[in-house]
Amino acid sequence: MEFIQNSVLPHFNYWVYVILMMIGLYAMITKKNLVKKLIGMTIFQTAIILFYVSIGVKTGSTIPILEHHAEEHGEAVTDTGGHHEEAPGEHESHDSIHAVDPDHFANPLPHVLMLTAIVVGVSTLGVALAISQSIYKDFGTLEEHEILEKIKQGGPGIDV
Amino acid sequence: MIVSFDLVILVFLIITAAISLRVRDLLSAAMILGVYSFLICLLWAEMGAVDVAFTEAAVGAGVSTVFMIATIYHTRRRSSD
Amino acid sequence: MKWLGLIATAFTGILLLSATPYFPSFGDPNSPANAGVNGGVSVSQYYITETYTDTKVPNIVTAVLADYRGYDTMFETVVIFAAGVAIFAILRSFGGTTIPSHPTAIDTSVEGDHQRIIIGMTCKLIIPVIQLFALYVVAHGHHSPGGGFQGGVILGASFILMALAKELDTALARFSEKRYLALACVGIFIYSGFGLLCVALERNFLDYGILHRLMPATDEIMARSHSMLGVEVGVAFTVTAIMFAIYANLSSKGRLEQGF
Repeated sequence: MEFIQNSVLPHFNYWVYVILMMIGLYAMITKKNLVKKLIGMTIFQTAIILFYVSIGVKTGSTIPILEHHAEEHGEAVTDTGGHHEEAPGEHESHDSIHAVDPDHFANPLPHVLMLTAIVVGVSTLGVALAISQSIYKDFGTLEEHEILEKIKQGGPGIDV
Repeated sequence: MIVSFDLVILVFLIITAAISLRVRDLLSAAMILGVYSFLICLLWAEMGAVDVAFTEAAVGAGVSTVFMIATIYHTRRRSSD
Repeated sequence: MKWLGLIATAFTGILLLSATPYFPSFGDPNSPANAGVNGGVSVSQYYITETYTDTKVPNIVTAVLADYRGYDTMFETVVIFAAGVAIFAILRSFGGTTIPSHPTAIDTSVEGDHQRIIIGMTCKLIIPVIQLFALYVVAHGHHSPGGGFQGGVILGASFILMALAKELDTALARFSEKRYLALACVGIFIYSGFGLLCVALERNFLDYGILHRLMPATDEIMARSHSMLGVEVGVAFTVTAIMFAIYANLSSKGRLEQGF
């Protein structure tokens, strides 16, 4: 019980990311169907993204978007002048820089890295699905063992 | 960040991931993967990563499921394992 | 094979699980990633405190994506473009087989007719709204969650919806192969063009501040904000085009004819 309290609960996200990663890795190694392998790859990918996003979480923080016209929230205010003073070319007064407390906003860096990773992930998933379609066109199956057998027999599309 | 919400979604994530790999019908597997993506999108919204959640909702739950179904339509729907 | 896979997975899992207790606890504001090591300022803290003074963009994620780490994002966009080109190379086939391998699944009965009408009308109503929302997401990415990647995916999804609900040809008539390939290239050109413009004005690549010389009534800070919008539009173009290209090729086995 003490182990769960001290070791599992504060790191529950990390435990789950390891479990999801194991599920994905196991599927990629042992599943015979190529689409199943790709599903495993997607799960693996989201597990890594979950890990990165979990690193950036701060207790009691909000989303990484600043309030730029809010005067009533104390520390979270960045634009202390209000927008009636905003003329083009006018910089913020120097003391307003220190009005933003980094502990009040979630860490934006993992979000940036993972945002692009998701979109790149779906385009690589598209490439993988295209390759599986062209494998299906050549071999008539998506099962790994059947494809290997057909390659051994010198199946279609093999140049070796 | 609400811890109980977090725990419930994480448990459901593992369940949906396992089901989508157990199911032999690939169309169902793709749909359950969409559910998985939607759950993980909820989880990220809850962790404060709104941009990531938005992307995942558009990409993971929407477009990638469509890509998978388009491929399954042109190949075989049953999987051997 | 199954046992070998299980052993490899278990080994990796145990290795990672044995490392997790040494991680900072979940949600710790003072972890090295959030607060830096040994009292130093971490880069994410700098982003949070200085973004608004540097760029006047309230959404820190967009600012870091398009400005501070603009070089990274540019090549992420190139990766997406490369994926589109790869799919073109793998699947696209010209001419030849005009006989579809599957019989066309169009239901010609009365019920099928009714279903087509319902789906067609719904899509006719909903697609303009989706496209408008996508443009909003791109343009308002500075102030709310969103940006080029999300808006591009949503805009691409609206074309995919058109192809799903009607025929692939209907969507291709509006967004033909020539157009989407051109749009993908234009997106990359816009992004790298902003970078090269900065070089032409004797600054570093993608250092947008100098572009205030070309924009009337802006200072360096607002020039960064406006250039970010331009860059996001470039990203949105490429992502839109490639998402639709991937769907069009996957759903018709690269023939770009009647798929479903």
